[in-house]
Amino acid sequence: MRRIISVLLENEPGALSRVVGLFSQRNYNIETLTVAPTEDETLSRLTVTTTGSDKVIEQITKQLNKLIEVVKLVDLTEGAHIERELMLVKLKATGSQRAEIKRTVDIFRGQIVDVTSSVYTVQLAGDSEKLDGFIQAVGTSGVLEVVRTGVSGIARGEKVLSL
Amino acid sequence: MELLSGADMLIRSLQDEGIEYIYGYPGGAALHIYDALFRQDKVKHILVRHEQAAVHMADGYARATGKPGTVLVTSGPGATNTITGIATAFMDSIPMVVLCGQVASTLIGEDAFQETDMIGVSRPVVKHNLSVRHPEEIPEVIRKAYYIAATGRPGPVVVDIPKDMTTPNERYEYSYPKKVKLRSYNPAVRGHAGQIKKAVDMLMAAKRPVIYAGGGVILGKASSQLTELTRTLGFPITNTLMGIGCYPATDKQHLGWLGMHGTYEANMAMHHSDLILCVGARFDDRVTNATEKFCPGARIIHIDIDPASISKTIDADVPIVGPVDAVLKEMLSLVKESRDKPDAEALASWWKQIEEWRAFHGMRYETSPDVIKPQEVVEMLWKLTNGDAFVTTDVGQHQMFAAQYYKFDKPNRWINSGGLGTMGFGLPAAMGIKLTHPEDEVLCFTGEGSIQMNIQELSTCKQYDLPVKIINLNNQALGMVKQWQDMNYESRHSQSYMESLPDFIKLAEAYGHVGVRIDRKEDLEPKLKEVLAMKDKLVFVDIYVDRFEHVYPMQVARGSMKDMWLSKTERV
Ligand SMILES: Cc1ncc(C[n+]2csc(CCOP(=O)(O)OP(=O)(O)O)c2C)c(N)n1
Ligand SMILES: [Mg+2]
Repeated sequence: MRRIISVLLENEPGALSRVVGLFSQRNYNIETLTVAPTEDETLSRLTVTTTGSDKVIEQITKQLNKLIEVVKLVDLTEGAHIERELMLVKLKATGSQRAEIKRTVDIFRGQIVDVTSSVYTVQLAGDSEKLDGFIQAVGTSGVLEVVRTGVSGIARGEKVLSL
Repeated sequence: MELLSGADMLIRSLQDEGIEYIYGYPGGAALHIYDALFRQDKVKHILVRHEQAAVHMADGYARATGKPGTVLVTSGPGATNTITGIATAFMDSIPMVVLCGQVASTLIGEDAFQETDMIGVSRPVVKHNLSVRHPEEIPEVIRKAYYIAATGRPGPVVVDIPKDMTTPNERYEYSYPKKVKLRSYNPAVRGHAGQIKKAVDMLMAAKRPVIYAGGGVILGKASSQLTELTRTLGFPITNTLMGIGCYPATDKQHLGWLGMHGTYEANMAMHHSDLILCVGARFDDRVTNATEKFCPGARIIHIDIDPASISKTIDADVPIVGPVDAVLKEMLSLVKESRDKPDAEALASWWKQIEEWRAFHGMRYETSPDVIKPQEVVEMLWKLTNGDAFVTTDVGQHQMFAAQYYKFDKPNRWINSGGLGTMGFGLPAAMGIKLTHPEDEVLCFTGEGSIQMNIQELSTCKQYDLPVKIINLNNQALGMVKQWQDMNYESRHSQSYMESLPDFIKLAEAYGHVGVRIDRKEDLEPKLKEVLAMKDKLVFVDIYVDRFEHVYPMQVARGSMKDMWLSKTERV
């Protein structure tokens, strides 16, 4: 099953490599990984999406917790949560394609953020499925380049992950 | 406040940490530190002949005393030579701090002479590693390193020290922190009361209980609590290879150790039990055999300081995260207060069954009128040393024979590389023990294969006068490899023979020690007595033992715990 694990990490050199090293060393999956400092500059927030049986996920969270620099973590998929990913896509856009792409971008509530005579650069945010859906809708043949940030997530409601 | 250079701060920090000995080897990046060492006499440095041995020495010291060991090496090859030792300590959760020199911070990343990314290289085999980024940080980094190494589930910590952090003429204010606070590291201090209560109820209701204890009991200094609880309950107890000595081996409630080469009765009792109380062990593959066939009727209580050890391979019904000593103490008081008592009738018939198992095999082995059996060497030394020696081993058949036939009644005396299985561990570990236990007998059981992996340390033994006794169970082969080839590869002995063995007697003498060869059975006892009488000499005892002996019992691969070979021909 797919899981989103959100981690508060000491914002120190080497901390990220420990997290990544743990996943490869113990043969766990990483599907996406994002990391950036938080409002408290001593802490980074890291989100990793992974797949595995319940037993594997339990081990992943326990092993992550064992890392000295991991301050706190939560498996967001255990409760209601919001997940977002940002995608930038370069699409071939000439002739009648231009209007068609524009329509699709609107349906997906994206924005065209850069334009040349033959290329649109589109920005789109949403959950991963929505981003996959957009690529499908425009068709891979017109896609020149895709860059995705990987998933960020946060719990719904009043629950917060903080010190 | 005092002004000290980084190098002096480092050594002062070690003094303030109460470190008596460090084991190491100098080199360019560590020279400022070695100079600071030279200018004091509180911290004593032991110069080894290979950095791997320095780590095993620190490890032996740590296992015997329960205190963290300390290593000091230079950057690059000095640091990489420590990796096997660090991995050995990591697998067995041994507390130690490894101080590594590093090229100057201004050179890092430029492929400078003797630059190795030690933080990166060591990362998968350390509990944690730290680098010094400013000389002023040194006292705090050192305090943190020892704190992390020794608390919770212990383990090795590497400290990387760029050379410009120890420059002699740059001085800073020194003060050693009394405490460290790490907001992200808080090992459990007690077990969950509700879980402990639940566990005690299960213990009282059990019909066929068994206690399965591991190295965590020794690391957690909980032998006396475990012994008292076991005696109060009247339950059978077995332990892992790492747990040897956590409960007296000569006691009648003790079934010997379990697993791949465990006793028949321990493995049978585990398989047929209805309740397993696991204390500080981790259901490792050398214990469980095939996990899907593991102890089908047993419910499991698992006590461990490391939550990640619980339900990793075998699911626990009642997990208890906490220090074993505190949890066992709480359990014991609940057991004593409880109105319920263990089911005496059920226990009596369980013990009857166990005694039948015990009588069935009883760790028998065939003796011969003229060939020396490795098992009898171990048994004889057990008797001659009154079961009171510190025993280290290397890895192979000799290790298993030592574990099977030397009966340990005390913790911290059986010292081996259980998790990583590192050949070359035995001699340096014995040295680390002898240094701090000069009055105690320290035996190193080894094989002619393993001993050659750190034989150079005979020179260190001479320099520091370390009269350990090396018992080489010489079967002229990589015996354990050969046994597997006999059993699984139709005796195709691919690369498991050692041709052109050195003359170990002359070798020992060349290093300034005594060598004794024993190749006739009638010489065994008198010569071993002579060896033990040479109190202040290192004696290398080269004993020619049966070349064809196998270690039994041996669990059948991919079977359950009860599937074992009991000899070359009997399989149950
Ligand atoms: C460093 C290392 N390399 C290889 C092995 C694999 N291995 C395990 S036991 C063994 C044979 C050891 O031979 P010896 O020391 O003579 O002991 P014996 O089994 O003959 O008693 C080997 C090669 C190991 N455990 N460690
Ligand atoms: Mg051998």
